[in-house]
Amino acid sequence: MSKKQHYKITVNGKEEEFLAEPRELLIHTLRERLKITGPHIGCETSHCGACTVTVNGKSVKSCTVFVAQADGTEITTIEGIGSPDALHPLQEAFKEHHGLQCGFCTPGMIIRASKLLEEIPNPSEEEIRFGMAGNICRCTGYQNIVKSIQAAAAEMNSAKEAAE
Amino acid sequence: MKDEVESREDRVAGLKGMGCSRKRVEDARFTQGKGNYVDDLKLDGMLFGDFVRSPYAHARIVNIDTEAALKVPGVLAVLTAKDLEPLGLHWMPTLAGDKQMVLADGKVLFQGQEVAYVVVQDRYAAADGIEAVEVDYEELPVLVNPFEALKSDVVLREDLLAEDGSIPDGAHGPRKHHNHIFTWEAGDKDPTLEVIDNADVVAEETMYYHRTHPCPLETCGCVASMDKVNGKLTLWGTFQAPHAIRTVVSLISGIEEHNIRVISPDIGGGFGNKVGAYPGYVCSVVASIVTGKPVKWIEDRMDNLMTTAFARDYHMTGRIAATKEGKITGVHCSVTADHGGFDACADPTKFPAGFMNICTGSYDIPTAYLEVDGVYTNKAPGGVSYRCSFRVTEAVYFIERMIEVLAIKLNMDAAELRRINFIKKEQFPYQAALGWEYDSGDYHTAWDKALKAVDYDGLRAEQAQRVEDFKAGKTRKLMGIGLTFFTEIVGAGPVKNCDILGLGMFDSCEIRIHPTGSAIARLGTISQGQGHATTFAQILASEIGLPADSITIEEGDTDTAPYGLGTYGSRSTPVAGAATAMAGRKIRAKAQMIAAYLLEVHDDDVEFDVDRFAVKGAPEKFKTMNEIAFAAYNQAIPGIEPGLEAVSYYDPPNMTYPFGAYVCVMDIDVDTGVPVIRRFYALDDCGTRINPMIIEGQVHGGLTEALAVALGQEIAYDDMGNVKTGTLMDFFLPTAWEVPNYETDHTVTPSPHHPIGAKGVGESPHVGGVPCFSNAVQDAFRPFGNTHTNMPHDHWRIWKTANELGLHG
Ligand code: FES
Ligand code: FES
Repeated sequence: MSKKQHYKITVNGKEEEFLAEPRELLIHTLRERLKITGPHIGCETSHCGACTVTVNGKSVKSCTVFVAQADGTEITTIEGIGSPDALHPLQEAFKEHHGLQCGFCTPGMIIRASKLLEEIPNPSEEEIRFGMAGNICRCTGYQNIVKSIQAAAAEMNSAKEAAE
Repeated sequence: MKDEVESREDRVAGLKGMGCSRKRVEDARFTQGKGNYVDDLKLDGMLFGDFVRSPYAHARIVNIDTEAALKVPGVLAVLTAKDLEPLGLHWMPTLAGDKQMVLADGKVLFQGQEVAYVVVQDRYAAADGIEAVEVDYEELPVLVNPFEALKSDVVLREDLLAEDGSIPDGAHGPRKHHNHIFTWEAGDKDPTLEVIDNADVVAEETMYYHRTHPCPLETCGCVASMDKVNGKLTLWGTFQAPHAIRTVVSLISGIEEHNIRVISPDIGGGFGNKVGAYPGYVCSVVASIVTGKPVKWIEDRMDNLMTTAFARDYHMTGRIAATKEGKITGVHCSVTADHGGFDACADPTKFPAGFMNICTGSYDIPTAYLEVDGVYTNKAPGGVSYRCSFRVTEAVYFIERMIEVLAIKLNMDAAELRRINFIKKEQFPYQAALGWEYDSGDYHTAWDKALKAVDYDGLRAEQAQRVEDFKAGKTRKLMGIGLTFFTEIVGAGPVKNCDILGLGMFDSCEIRIHPTGSAIARLGTISQGQGHATTFAQILASEIGLPADSITIEEGDTDTAPYGLGTYGSRSTPVAGAATAMAGRKIRAKAQMIAAYLLEVHDDDVEFDVDRFAVKGAPEKFKTMNEIAFAAYNQAIPGIEPGLEAVSYYDPPNMTYPFGAYVCVMDIDVDTGVPVIRRFYALDDCGTRINPMIIEGQVHGGLTEALAVALGQEIAYDDMGNVKTGTLMDFFLPTAWEVPNYETDHTVTPSPHHPIGAKGVGESPHVGGVPCFSNAVQDAFRPFGNTHTNMPHDHWRIWKTANELGLHG
């Protein structure tokens, strides 16, 4: 146990200030301290991606980041990308194309995919498979996840075109 | 009125009943991060529990010193076997009739075994507290090989010896050696051996189906909360069988069953990992009783891979006899099963080797004999059905490899060899030599459809050309064609021969129709991603004529759901699905009487039509199910009780036997050992199809788990009993990058004994997929003299095979 420190992070647009041991892992800060339970724990060794969140614009596995490293950052979790009345196109697409089964990987998958589509708005199947390789799903075999991401990309691109 | 203009087709479509790809009702919460998994549960004053685990695979425990640990901030208590002993909880019964230490009682039998349980304020205090517990071990000789264990003087389970040192019978009969658990036989030994001795051709092969692990993305865990004021224990957890867990907890804790409420919340995948009862559950319950506070235990990934529920670990030797023309006359299968330190297999009581006796597969084999010996070793206990119905995965692997080996021996095409030996359509129901009665099948049609779809002859021609090119130095890639035709056995099962801990393996459904024509149905099963809330509502919609969207499905709370044996072994649709249909039919029967009363005709003069009862011959005179539901609550109907509810406990008359035909086309780089799956075609026949979208999803997922097992996933031990694959770094879980797109297809052969003809599908693709991937690898090397190599076919092993066959020049 070590001395508690003062930290400030912004999660889904909301500023949070608290005292914590520096060794606290970001996933625990989110899940235990802030009760943001969308991100999950599947391994705690940065292999499965269930804990994926966006930190300062980058996809990050929050199980292997200390809260001390996250001090001052802006974080987006699955809870921050859509609302029940206005789902993110990825949330819609995963529902529509059966991109999930047990749902345990889903928050990590969707938040990672949302980043991927920012990086590559019109990804090929290969780019999706490569870009999502840090997120493991034990249920779906990925085929419908790929389909969901493709559908969301198409939807987002046509919405963008319409707006332009 | 709307009903009058709506066509019959529209009315059917509006129900979203069986056969439609209804979107899943579960997905709204999961896609928004609002699932409710056990680790999401936060209760006031909740404590955590975690284990001190053994670093040794076999050791005596000399002393456990908890003093330093108790001084660590946040550590409240440390439980050892000594603390549990007065409660009689230091050991617990296993599902296989053995017993297992909850906390190490004098010794440890596998690496990672639970030695002490720390009760702490939070996860960080747990890590600190575990670190501070001092355990003195005295190492003992380690046995990791079952064949050696059967010869060794080292006794793993002294607790099972009689006082005079003799070996009493075990739960499954006589034991031949102190490390032997059981011998289980099926079929006729002497006639089989005679057939084999006198056969034209006999092919023989020894194969090891390696140890692996179901590894759902969510690990196992629970929260135990003892309410001392009301004397009621609530236990939330990742339970695939919540009702059975309640009974087990009651039996071992002495708390009356009505004072225990078990709740399975959302479960992040199970695949067999979450069927059994684990020390973590027992210790958490004890800790909550002692502290009066809720206690949470969540295993980490390493705990999960090392301790809860391995699968497979079967050493199999087979002999298959045939005529010169390739007609199979007999098969002999002999298995040495490594069960680890305790026999904690999750099988129906009478089947210590599960349904391994389905190992004659899809073939009409007149004579067969199976013998299985279970053995104790210094490995973790488990032996669960990993996306499989009680060892059918091992059985199908066995026969689908033996067929290939026989084809090589006969110099015959393996597809043709299968075809001439299939059980014929007209032979169903088919009595297999090892005891099962297959309900229905049309194997030839499925096989022909599959081979045509992939242009099998074209593939073989291409493969032959590839071999030529390889020999001519034009390519370094070989091509393998993997074939599999599997028959599953699921839906355990008839109470007369299937029980777990004496609980018959029926299942249940209870339905309540609300006055305004919506409904809630509760079942004894529990979804772990299969989409029960979606599909069971579809069954009901078709049966009772109310829209699936108006039916809530609830599972997993033992205070509200009817008793059932849970979800594993693809039993939900065959058993609980049947209960759902039967309960629906009871609703319909009462609705018919109400409708007849309302329409002022005799009961027999109305008939059910989609969403209503209409007067026979006068379809314009009808009452919709909505109207009937309301009538059930708003008026006194002579001779009929108010309300509209029903419950059904369904004891299936037989198992169901889904089947399928799979083809895998693979390219293998002989220099790197990397296999690339070029094509995978999967035809499944699961009988009546409830939701094609969900079936397809199950097939994709099952095939991917099969790919994992066949091509790399393994729980490996070194000679000291150290687990070499305890993290996801070493334990292979395929990512999107390694996994191909699958082509799915189907035929429909309904089960004749199931109320809606459905057979279950969740596990078929795993059962059929493993041999198919493996056969593809083996087939690539067949032209160079390979008959069999063991899984997992990881890059290194494939490279090694190429090397041993002299393909590296
Ligand atoms: S929990 Fe963070 S990557 Fe698995
Ligand atoms: S849906 Fe279960 S792990 Fe992905």
